[in-house]
Amino acid sequence: MNRVVPILTVVLAIFAIWYVASFTMNRAWVMDQAARAGETPSLSEQIAGTMNQSRPVVPAPHQVAVELYDGIFDKAVTSKRSLVYHGFITLQATLWGFALGIIGGVALAILIVLSRTADLTLMPWAIISQTIPVVALAPMIVILTNALGAESLMVPKAIIAGYLSFFPVLVSMVKGLTSPDAMQLDLLRTYGATKNQVFWKLRLPASMPFFFASLKIAVAASLVGAIVGELPTGAISGLGARMLIGSQFGNPMIMWSALFAAAILAAMLIWVVGGIERVASRAMGGQSA
Amino acid sequence: MIIDRALRVFYPLGFGILVLILWEISVHAFNIPPAILPAPTDIGEAMANSTGTLFADWLQTVVKGALTGMIMGALAGVAAAIAIDRSDFLKKGLLPVANFVAALPIVGVAPIMVMWFGFDWHSKAAVVVVMVFFPMLVNTLAGLQATDRMQRDLMRTYSASHGQTLAKLRLPAALPFIFNGLKICSTLALIGAIVAEYFGSPTQGMGFRISTEVGRLGIDMVWAEIAVAAVSGTVLYGIVALIERRMTFWHPSQRTGR
Repeated sequence: MNRVVPILTVVLAIFAIWYVASFTMNRAWVMDQAARAGETPSLSEQIAGTMNQSRPVVPAPHQVAVELYDGIFDKAVTSKRSLVYHGFITLQATLWGFALGIIGGVALAILIVLSRTADLTLMPWAIISQTIPVVALAPMIVILTNALGAESLMVPKAIIAGYLSFFPVLVSMVKGLTSPDAMQLDLLRTYGATKNQVFWKLRLPASMPFFFASLKIAVAASLVGAIVGELPTGAISGLGARMLIGSQFGNPMIMWSALFAAAILAAMLIWVVGGIERVASRAMGGQSA
Repeated sequence: MIIDRALRVFYPLGFGILVLILWEISVHAFNIPPAILPAPTDIGEAMANSTGTLFADWLQTVVKGALTGMIMGALAGVAAAIAIDRSDFLKKGLLPVANFVAALPIVGVAPIMVMWFGFDWHSKAAVVVVMVFFPMLVNTLAGLQATDRMQRDLMRTYSASHGQTLAKLRLPAALPFIFNGLKICSTLALIGAIVAEYFGSPTQGMGFRISTEVGRLGIDMVWAEIAVAAVSGTVLYGIVALIERRMTFWHPSQRTGR
């Protein structure tokens, strides 16, 4: 309970600042219009004029909320103007990329833990791969997958999302697979366990908490990848494409609603993955951490 | 030790060279048209032939967009963390919110920033500021909690003021966390600066060059830009890691077995 009050205060403060910002930033336009008409608007007229512009510099929170509601609930989900439709396209790419990232990250981690050569060879490149801005690579990934026969944009988007999401999984899995200490490893040696058995019965189970802890970061990264992947690839559907369209047509409401739809999608994904994490840790007899 | 260190350089370097050689061979062996995948030698040639353009793009995107934005955003993040740290109430309220925001796809503010600040580098720097602010804030706040009771009590017995405790104990103790944040930011900064260019840019910049050259099928030039971006990203990360090693030599993670 004593956490709710501060959080609510902060959130309310953010909304207050937002309203003030949209008043001060949109005021110039209202004053301009009034000057042209030869009027001097009173303060209440100014406030009314700044809160409901169709192309505001900073839309007021309730405008964004209305636009979001309109895009999510009032449009048929098959409509090209429905945020659910675009969100679903992005979600698909995110989930494929997430799956790709998990498989790639776990496979690489196992390779790196089992072989010292792989550790020395691949680990530096895994780090370097994350310092390369993936947006620069994105158009090339599209061209290459296209040349290899992929017809939809889903494949390159999933690859870009996977490229960003494999790294947190890799790092956590390496940490997890090497987490059993010398005592535990020695015990298994006294049992005469083979390398295989050590891996399946000790290392893999020991790595699970690390694995689940990395998933939340990975899914957030995957969503960023899916959105970024829509920008330079000429996509026309998806939340990233929606932002691009809003920017090209100079329509701020489309950009703001797409941004908040992306934020809502991220929150839902993190919430679901967090739930899976809790269920899994309980099933493995873990304490709530 | 020396052999170990040599292997540490030799293996990754060898792997990189091997990939480049295989790339070169397969481009020639399968007759892959340069409009799909140019050979590394062609890319090298493109780089050598247009160093001027590449340098101008690099200046525009990396120095003006990413670096300015990263420095401003990081300073703002640390300053905000120090300010918030004084109040328990703010910390309790802001930390969950900041943690949540840090996980959101903040790149989405790029079109809004381009609308606000125009096509030049200011909008790119603004996107980077917003992107790096929250990771820095969260990491610095976590770092400022990293001292234990005993250490803080010792400072109190010295009758150190809040500022003194901050400067002599808590900020140094927070450095590993701050550098962790900076490392995350160094990769975010380049992504932010390039993404913002897809929403509008002057006629230079890496994102601009990549999107126009893709349209003109100048794929070798695109790969040249990617190479520059890759080296910039890695060097930026490397510089942060180097400064970290200098400044947090006392931390267990920096110890080398000497």
